[in-house]
Order: sequence, then structure tokens, then C-alpha cells
Amino acid sequence: MAESLLVEDLRVLVGAVEAVRGVSFELGAGSRTGLIGESGSGKTLTALALMGLLPDGLRAAGRVLYGGRDLLTLPDDELCALRGDRLAMVFQEPMSALNPVMRIGDQVAEPLMLHRRLGRRVALAEATRALMRVRIRDPEEKMRAYPHQLSGGQRQRAMIAMAMACAPAVLVADEPTTALDVTVQAGILRLLDELVEAEGTTLLLITHDLAVVASSCDRVLVMYGGKIVESGTVGQVFDRPRHPYTRALLDAIPPVDEDLPDRHLRAIPGSVPGLGRFPPGCPFRNRCPNADGKCAEMPPLAVLGDHSLACWHPVEAGI
Amino acid sequence: MLAPGGGGHLSSAEVLFEVEHVTRRYRLPRTRLLGPRRELVAVDDVSFTLRRGETLGVVGESGSGKTTLMKMLLRLERPDAGRISYYGASLTREVQVIFQDPSSALDPRMRVADIILEPVRVMRLPGDRRQRVYELLDAVGLPPDSAHRYAHEFSGGQRQRIAIARALAPRPQMLIGDEPVSALDVSVRAQILNLLEDLRVGFDLTLVLVSHDLSVVRHMCDRVLVMSRGSVVEEGPTREIFSAPRHAYTRLLLDSIPTLKNRRAASA
Repeated sequence: MAESLLVEDLRVLVGAVEAVRGVSFELGAGSRTGLIGESGSGKTLTALALMGLLPDGLRAAGRVLYGGRDLLTLPDDELCALRGDRLAMVFQEPMSALNPVMRIGDQVAEPLMLHRRLGRRVALAEATRALMRVRIRDPEEKMRAYPHQLSGGQRQRAMIAMAMACAPAVLVADEPTTALDVTVQAGILRLLDELVEAEGTTLLLITHDLAVVASSCDRVLVMYGGKIVESGTVGQVFDRPRHPYTRALLDAIPPVDEDLPDRHLRAIPGSVPGLGRFPPGCPFRNRCPNADGKCAEMPPLAVLGDHSLACWHPVEAGI
Repeated sequence: MLAPGGGGHLSSAEVLFEVEHVTRRYRLPRTRLLGPRRELVAVDDVSFTLRRGETLGVVGESGSGKTTLMKMLLRLERPDAGRISYYGASLTREVQVIFQDPSSALDPRMRVADIILEPVRVMRLPGDRRQRVYELLDAVGLPPDSAHRYAHEFSGGQRQRIAIARALAPRPQMLIGDEPVSALDVSVRAQILNLLEDLRVGFDLTLVLVSHDLSVVRHMCDRVLVMSRGSVVEEGPTREIFSAPRHAYTRLLLDSIPTLKNRRAASA
């Protein structure tokens, strides 16, 4: 069953540096939200913080509300009971997320034994069905295989089977197709789409690829420098972007259906600053064509219906 | 006299590479002690002509043989069968390559000036080296004071500029870009693609772009080779390949690219 998740003023501290700087959003029950960001934007840390999976030494502050409880302050045993059952995650590199010395079948059966209290034999039978649902060829044989014996696409399917085994309410997928070939990526995205649709799962899809979000999500969050700079529906953000960063990103992608004069793209000047090197105030201001003195102060999030943006000098609507 | 794909008669002055029926096999290790030795045909009977001044895109998925083909052009690998003819003067000097990950392609202990001049030094090319460094930094859009810094002090995009400057140092006629923007941030990719295009025009370069990103190839290239399982399954002008693909694999590849315009039904 779908449930919503509410993130309020989430911050992640890497030592003294704030990598995620006060992020708030809601994942509506059964909605599909894409979180777009480049390296250093804080998108992966946001995901790990939601799941209570931040590496040692990193601290999260703020609130992550799910089912009336704050996941950030939940005791470990209660969080463990939720994770893998109600909340699940799919990672970019299945080879490092799967246990290399454990058979695929046992790994997919594990959440079922743990959260559903199924006996081993029943859980293994259920795991075989889970592998069928993700359309792994020869599921019986793959049950006995180790991760290295599977192709990249099959490993990702196995990880999705594992994440979806207990029909989670919320699925967080962090760059689930980035390491895959484009035809394999298309298959995985179709599969995620079907499973999420069938179970009514709330999806947070994290990626740097805007087109992946356009084709799989209803809503978009655009992150830069640890902040959400713009959010709204796919149509609002991609067709009528208001934040100069979103607009510049969309302009910088080579179009697939038109020829540009002189083969020149509208490039964004400069590069993404490293962690802790973003300018104070608006993180995009040193690369932004609209920036002026006012941008030294962080603009508040302006809410226009369900379209929000944080910018003193937004791009005119309708251009 | 030229192999298929030439599209008419070309004189040798117009041709830079002629690849004829090239095959490259690798012997795989046994999977069982007494099992059979298997073979992988990485490149299987590939023929094409690379014309001077053109921009050729090579697309295909992992294992399609793109990289093996490029290694053979660079003579880093020898074909088991077939022939590759180069019609320039000195392949080692004239054909340079840029890799995907600039961080692993640059020695972190060397100063940028030394990185850029390495090919000039190794090939003992004449000329004022000091002046050449500043020319090259300027050509790739890096400030002159970059010369004395180390590669790790630069961002990913700037490191790729350093790698491009090094590739330009021996005054090549041709650049091979093996996924040159895949490891870069989306907001930086366009800068590097624009730079490659400016350099191509400015230095009259032949450009071969290997990429799994079809939008990059569509944007940059005149002609495309589509590879699958070691073979060239389709070849032609970029516009034709993208608007009217003939081979089923090309169609599959094109249908698989997510685009900003293809929305989920519910969100329309």
C-alpha cells in the first residue's frame, strides 16, 4: 500500500560542511518523483539520510516523517523493521550492493524471512516468483547463482526483486540505470514502472539524467549545491522552467530532434564546485547569467501553486 | 577499389583510414579445468572508410567492439585478419586519443605543462615548448597560470581540457574521443562538446567519437557506424540513421533513448 513521506528541513553534515542544506519536500502516496542533481548536489546523501543509511561520521538533522514517525530519531531496531519491508532502496551499482558470497535466491528470500517471518522453503519459493516478476530468464537457475555470474542488467533486476519482495510503500532508486547500456536501461525503467504501478508504490528516482525523469516520473525536484532550487510537475519544470539553473541544464543537452547552428550548445560556464565550495547565498550564482548582488543572500522558496523555486531573478514564464 | 561504405570513388587524398574486413579474436580463459577454450570475436569482419575532415560517430553498447576497433586504429592491437591502411605520414603523431575519465588519464604527480608536453618530448618534436604550452592552454580555454599547477587541482571538465591540450600538442590530424564527456557533469558536457567542435574546425581535424550517448553523436557527427556484437550493422549519414534506421538493432537502440519529450502518460 502506498504511503506518503514528508521531508522537512533535512540537513546532512559531512564533518563541519553542510552537504545537504535544508531540504523539504513531500512524496505523495503513490506519486513518482524524480530528484535531479549533478555531482555534489547532495542527492545521494539525501536518499541515504531518508533510509537511515548514512555512512559513519555523517550526521542528519531535520525530520523525515513516515507513518506519523520521524525516521531520523527512530531507534535502530524500529528502523530496521521498516527498512527492506515498508521502505526499500535500489542502488546504482548492484555488484557492490549485493553480497558477493551469497546466492541470489538467499538474498531475495532474506527480507521475506526477516519481515514476513516466512520459513526458508516458503521464502525461497516466493523469491523464485519475485525473480519471475522482474523477468529474469531461468529464475530457478538464477536462484542458485552468485551475483558475479549474472550480467549487469540481471543483477539490477535481482536487486529490484529484493527491494520489491515485501511490496514496500516507498521505493528509493538511486541512479538505478546509470551503469547500464541504453537498451538494458530501457528494460529496467519499464520494469520499475510496471512494478511501481502494480503495487502503488511511492517512488523517488534519483538521477542526473533529465530524460529518465521525464519518461518515468510525475514530479521533479532539482537540486544544486545541497538545496532544492526548483520543484513541480514534469510539465512545469521541463516545459516552463523558472530557475536559471534548470533552464540552463535543459538548454545544454544536445536535442535529439533538431540541428543547432554551428553545432554549438548553450553551455553553462564554470564547473560544479566541490563539497563546501559553493558560494554562500544562492549556490548557482557564480555560474548564473541573472545573478547580481542580491543573490549573496539565499532566496526563499517561492511557492506558486505546486511549482516552487528559490531564485531572486527567475526566468520569465512562458519562454 | 575502396571497401564498402565509401559511397563512390574517393581518392587517397580524401581518405585517412581504410579498414578492410578486420577481425579481432580474444581467447578466453577456460571456465573449467578441462573445458574447451572459448574464443570471443570482439571485432568481426568490419570494413569502413574514414574520410579526412569528417566527424564519425561509433555507437554501440558495451561489448560491441567499439573500443577494440579504436585500439586497432591506434595500432595498440593487431587485427587477426583484414587490413587497416593509414594514409597520413606518421600515425603515432597524427592520431591522438582522449579518454572517458580524465582523472585516471592524467598523472597526478606531474605539472600541467609537463603533462601537455609529454607527447612532444617523447616524440622529440621541434619547436619552442614553453610557448607551445601557452598556445595549447589558450586553445582549450585554460588560463596561462594552469601550466604550473597539478592536475588534481582542477575540476573534471578542466581535466578533460588538459587531456585535450595534450592530445593537440603533437599537432594531430585526427582525434579519437572515447566517451569524452560521459564522466562529466551534465552542466559541463556542453562546454567540452563545444570545445571539441571549435578545435575540429580551427585545426581542421578528423574526429572519431565513440559514445553510448546517441544524442551526443547525433549532435556532433556527420556519419555514424552502429556496432553490435563486433559487427557494423548499419552505417550512414547521421540524419538518415536517426530519422530512418534500417537495421532492427539501430531501431531498438533509438527507441531505447529516453527523451525529454516522451512523457509518462499520466503526467501529460
